[in-house]
Amino acid sequence: MTRLQSAFAKGPALVTFVTGGDGPTAEILDALVEGGADVIELGMPFTDPMADGPAIQAANLRALGAGTTTADLFRIAAAFRARHPELPLVLMGYANPMVTRGADWFADQCQQAGVDGVICVDIPPEEDQELGPALRAAGVSLIRLATPTTDAARLPAVLEGSSGFLYYVSVAGITGLQQAAQASIDEAVARLKQHAKIPVAVGFGVRTPEQAAAIAKVADGVVVGSALVELVGQHGANAAGPVRELTRALADAVHSAR
Amino acid sequence: MACACKAPQAAQSLDFVGSVCQRGQVMTAPTQANSFRTQPDDRGHFGQFGGRYVAETLMPLVLDLEREYAKAKADPAFQAEFDDLLEHYVGRPSPLYFAPRITEELGGAQIWFKRDELNHTGAHKINNCIGQILLAMRMGKTRIIAETGAGQHGVATATVCARFGLPCVVFMGATDVARQAPNVFRMKLLGAKVRPVAAGAATLKDAMNEALRDWVANVHDTFYIIGTAAGPHPYPELVRDFQSVIGKEARAQMLARTGRLPDLLIAAIGGGSNAIGLFHPFLDDPDVKMLGVEAAGYGLDKDHAASLAGGRPGILHGNKTYLLQDEDGQIIEGHSISAGLDYPGIGPEHAWLRDVGRVDYTSVTDTEALEGFQLLCRTEGIIPALEPSHAIAAVMKIAPTMPKDSVILVNLCGRGDKDIFSVAEHLGVEL
Repeated sequence: MTRLQSAFAKGPALVTFVTGGDGPTAEILDALVEGGADVIELGMPFTDPMADGPAIQAANLRALGAGTTTADLFRIAAAFRARHPELPLVLMGYANPMVTRGADWFADQCQQAGVDGVICVDIPPEEDQELGPALRAAGVSLIRLATPTTDAARLPAVLEGSSGFLYYVSVAGITGLQQAAQASIDEAVARLKQHAKIPVAVGFGVRTPEQAAAIAKVADGVVVGSALVELVGQHGANAAGPVRELTRALADAVHSAR
Repeated sequence: MACACKAPQAAQSLDFVGSVCQRGQVMTAPTQANSFRTQPDDRGHFGQFGGRYVAETLMPLVLDLEREYAKAKADPAFQAEFDDLLEHYVGRPSPLYFAPRITEELGGAQIWFKRDELNHTGAHKINNCIGQILLAMRMGKTRIIAETGAGQHGVATATVCARFGLPCVVFMGATDVARQAPNVFRMKLLGAKVRPVAAGAATLKDAMNEALRDWVANVHDTFYIIGTAAGPHPYPELVRDFQSVIGKEARAQMLARTGRLPDLLIAAIGGGSNAIGLFHPFLDDPDVKMLGVEAAGYGLDKDHAASLAGGRPGILHGNKTYLLQDEDGQIIEGHSISAGLDYPGIGPEHAWLRDVGRVDYTSVTDTEALEGFQLLCRTEGIIPALEPSHAIAAVMKIAPTMPKDSVILVNLCGRGDKDIFSVAEHLGVEL
């Protein structure tokens, strides 16, 4: 069983996102683990985060402003893997920094750093050749996004070649702003689970333990990003404590559905 | 290296035209079909460039747009409405003008201008906006968004929205809002909402990010009118098709007036919509050379916006193309005196045309563009926008090296009313 499979095997999982290089990332990642996160998403900062709302945009700019490079990201990932051999780590970001030295280079770096999966916002299945084959050859999961606009005709193409989990973006929009009505999430997850042989995690707009608990009743995972990233923005070097606290509340809520 | 002419000094040397001529060998390479006019392929790729690199939320919409555009293209009623609006609302065909005094002053090739600055709203941008708003209405969309740099595309979009009674939101970098105040006011007069974008360098690329964010959140009712021949497929194709009216007219006008085709076409390039609009109808005329002129800003070794000369292939804003970027693939802000050219990428068809060697590309600096601007004012009584002033600056270098019976056709894609304040500032004149 892969690390990602194990994480979802215990029941609904909490998936947490923070931007790499924004604040004391190693400490923050440890705080996520201590708080009870089951899967860690590490954001790769990009100058033009087109799918992100103000909180994660600001985090990207802070990380780049602090001089964060791709090499730094892989150092952070490798060090995390050394400290936490069992916990799945996923890189999330935009295509250009991933493919700029070639997809094979990127996939190889992921494998060496112990990265379990990659989420690339702006490579849809239609452009899979850009990154997909290299990741699959390296044994790194390509985690694709499904959205409210992904209809039944399109879903098989989204699932084809993806693994790890399916990330359901619950709102048609950018990260961190709107929240989807629970009824629409229930319906969408039920529809996705008919087709998906991999776990379905729900994200975008999930901020509170209450929302997380409601989603965990129907989905295999709940993704929280902007709410944590905002804490990093507010607390900077001292962010680990508040991040641990919120993660614990979210993890308790998600795990209570087990 | 596919193109020896991308080096900035190439255009200054006398062998420039000769190096263009050698391209003929590249044109018959076996990897090419017989035509340069059949791109993109059915997946929206121009060779390795183009494509559809968008978030999943947008993907169904982009596919829908592709289907709808294919239908519209085949529908004579759509084409008839487009043509009618271009004639009676935009004022087409735009004149083809032989410029005697600039020709005499430069002492070489005959210089002709395609006068797209005489269009309604003062630039070529309106051609594309007419086409896209007709598509939007065909698709039942009720809200229009756009990005703008210099404000010309924003004004053109606001114009067609007023004409068809659709609400319009234009995203514009806060820096550009400040340096293009007259166009901001024009958009507001036309009923558009202008949203200043403060992120990044607060210029065109940031405006485009924000427009994409709006679109992703409003896909159900919103149509995004992209202003240049870039973005996810089918935008580069459809913008090119709508702008190709420039080249189709110019080709017919030149044949009617002179009985021959031009030797060289020259157009400025930011994203590249006026250039591709002029070039595309001539691509299969093997004796017609073409030159795209990027913005070299302060110089190619300093801040500039010449993605072909100073960039490498990457993925941004829905397409793969040449981008200004660092070694990690982070995008570098473009700089140009012209707000319409300071974009760190270029339309994917230009990236392809450069790599296959059919079109040559060069760049001119802010200072050279200002010289071109002043030369056209002085010799022909035409105040050009700063964007085509880059093309004029290239003409100043090349025309004297060409024989007097040769013909250069330049796309005068915008008028300079919007730029007089920033030109005054650069020339040290207080208004």
